[in-house]
Amino acid sequence: MNLTLHVWRQKGPEDKGKLETYQAKNISEDQSFLEMLDDVNEDLIKTGKDPIAFDHDCREGICGMCSQVINGKPHGGQERTTVCQLHMREFKDGDEIFIEPWRAKAFPVQKDLIVDRSALEKIMQAGGYTSCHTGGVADGNALLIPKPTADYAMDAAECIGCGACVASCPNSSAMLYTSAKVSQLAVLPQGKGEAKARVKEMTDTLLTEGFGNCTNHYECQEACPKGISVKFIAKLNREYLKSLA
Amino acid sequence: MHLFTSTVGRKVLMAVTGLLLVGFITVHLLGNLSVFAGSEAINIYAEKLHSLGPIVWIFRLVMLALFAIHITFGIKLTVENSAATPEQYAIQVSQKTTFAAKSMIYTGLIILVFLLYHLLHFTLHVVHTGAVATLEPLVNGRLNVFAMVGNSFTSAFVSIVYVIAMIAVAFHVTHGIQSFVQTLGWNNGTSQDKVTAVGKLAAVAYGVLYVAIPLAFLFHIVKV
Repeated sequence: MNLTLHVWRQKGPEDKGKLETYQAKNISEDQSFLEMLDDVNEDLIKTGKDPIAFDHDCREGICGMCSQVINGKPHGGQERTTVCQLHMREFKDGDEIFIEPWRAKAFPVQKDLIVDRSALEKIMQAGGYTSCHTGGVADGNALLIPKPTADYAMDAAECIGCGACVASCPNSSAMLYTSAKVSQLAVLPQGKGEAKARVKEMTDTLLTEGFGNCTNHYECQEACPKGISVKFIAKLNREYLKSLA
Repeated sequence: MHLFTSTVGRKVLMAVTGLLLVGFITVHLLGNLSVFAGSEAINIYAEKLHSLGPIVWIFRLVMLALFAIHITFGIKLTVENSAATPEQYAIQVSQKTTFAAKSMIYTGLIILVFLLYHLLHFTLHVVHTGAVATLEPLVNGRLNVFAMVGNSFTSAFVSIVYVIAMIAVAFHVTHGIQSFVQTLGWNNGTSQDKVTAVGKLAAVAYGVLYVAIPLAFLFHIVKV
């Protein structure tokens, strides 16, 4: 198939940037979206042009690097899908595709489709850890965690920190990301000790890093490639209220 | 205090004040609907309210505080959130959010302007003085609130202003109801869509019932 791409090109953090149009020719429906971009880049290189810079690492849906908004939806909008898992069979010959980087004050564009997502790491550094002694390898049954609790923590831990929640949020809030981290640790025995300080520190850092406030639009839940539920934001809110007591 | 600076704390303040304001518009609506129960009902209701003396003033101060907190933080959050999103996408598709959610600041500001107008009208008696003058006590000594309200709403201008404001209230409440349930941590995941549906239903009820009052007088369904 042949496609018309409108891609955000920006030379560096200080550049203003603009959308430029490219033709993607002879694209197979079995290619992933990133492989399609690889083909386009090869053509650009052959003609002596600067290839489109985009982030990618694992290409199996777990690294969370591919920070692309495709036709107005993070990762293209297919349910529970990152850009590497999005296949060209979802498009048809002659389609026009708009490809833009995550847009948020906290995610400055580095080049083209690459943004700096280290603000998310700053939130983690503020409290997304436990400081308990681990010692030697513990006996498997020494610390009993009920299955529903383990499942709940695992559901939250599915977050890959890709930033699609921020990209889709009308307020550029990182509340879904933060809530997944807070919830995951809050329900497990190792995380309970620091729960009160954690929720305050992490949500305060969310603001100082330039993210917006959550006003319950729930766009994040729809955009999340791992299907993280906004019930974790409700959980974060409960954890915050508990921390005031 | 952390509550006033935290992103979650301020969200909780918005939710709690919002919840109490929804409580207020509920009680206010029930009182107002007494215009449909004959001319004396709302007069008796108004007399009862005013006979509460200092409690009326305590209530007014609490309302002032609720509105002040809700409006101040509402504006502050909106300003912060637009600063966090300096650039827009060339194409942006909303998948879940609603018109009501995106227009909270606008419906909120419409309600604020309306609130000031409403107080100047029925509480301070500064505007529409012709209609307000019919508040004169009746032979039984009660103020004729029914006549003041009825005569005001027979003006198309006044009715339209109230109708527009009440539509804004309905939209504001649509997002507000499900929002405070989420903010106060009462969403377990499966409950949220049901709460949203109930919120929408409640918002339609507030809208229809509030709008019915001016329109009933305007179209002479209830006669002054």
